[in-house]
Amino acid sequence: MEADQMKKVTAISFSLVLSVLTTACATQPTIYSWGQYENIVYDTYNSPGKSAPAQEIERMEQDYQKARAENKPVPPGFHAHLGYLYYQVGKADAAREQFQAEKAQFPESAVLMNRLLARLGK
Amino acid sequence: MKIAFAKLKVQASLLLLGLALTGCATTPYDYGNYRAHFPRSILVLPPLNESTDIKGSYSYLSTVSYPIAEMGYYVYPIVVVDQMLKENGLPTPGEMHQASLKKLREVFGADAVLYITLKEYGTKFQLLSSVTRVMAQAKLVDAVAGTVLWEGTLVAQDDGGQNNSGGGILGAIINAAVKQALNSSVDHAHDVSRFANRQMMNENGGLLYGPYHPKHKL
Repeated sequence: MEADQMKKVTAISFSLVLSVLTTACATQPTIYSWGQYENIVYDTYNSPGKSAPAQEIERMEQDYQKARAENKPVPPGFHAHLGYLYYQVGKADAAREQFQAEKAQFPESAVLMNRLLARLGK
Repeated sequence: MKIAFAKLKVQASLLLLGLALTGCATTPYDYGNYRAHFPRSILVLPPLNESTDIKGSYSYLSTVSYPIAEMGYYVYPIVVVDQMLKENGLPTPGEMHQASLKKLREVFGADAVLYITLKEYGTKFQLLSSVTRVMAQAKLVDAVAGTVLWEGTLVAQDDGGQNNSGGGILGAIINAAVKQALNSSVDHAHDVSRFANRQMMNENGGLLYGPYHPKHKL
């Protein structure tokens, strides 16, 4: 019983470690080009000094160029987040463009994007 | 080995206890509701934080989008969502988790909402080694019917390679065997969070492949 259980546990943990390693590995194909997105979100909350909107815009625009070079889509929420940063620095046109890009890439975002677009005015 | 196994049993029983507390131990593998209300879009709310680290909630949150999006779902932009909820009079995760599904659906248009409770987040420093452990309970709820589509316990720990037998009967504990990468980070638990969250991508008990994933089938 114990040996059996142990074997099962070992098998499960092995497959988990394996899957963790493959998903963490940069060469594993992902659907999206993630760039620094996770770190940007992290810094928003944990290193406010590192995450003034203007700096984050720059990081995200770099990621966007990288994604285009890789010919891969940016992840869900990317354009919305970038648009929100543009909104924070008062660049309404750039914000609008990003919210529309999010909506075009992911129609599921329409309710939220329309809400944000309405906030920008006409 | 004997000690390791004893420890394992303790961890496994803790997990079982955790599952028993969330309700029904068999739900994680029953995809009936999930298939019946298959979501396209998932709204992740900032986690309730029951860990000892006040930063835990948002550190953990930053690692949640990746696995859900890579499993093929639309994930709402978490910083924007958090900001909008705060502007609407819900300043803390506790209050956000109390918001009605109707309201959340109206504001965001989400098909499903993911509620996360962070149980453990952090590093325990011990005499010879330290253990960084992250544990969260996640529950995916249909935003229209309010039914639970999926739930799971997401756990990862890094004990610096001291104990290679990490693993749970439910497959929920891993040893993050990537010591080098992890040690360079200031907020070690943030890295370990990634491994905890990647269990949502586990084919056995994780999320089903969503509409943007090539393996998605209805």
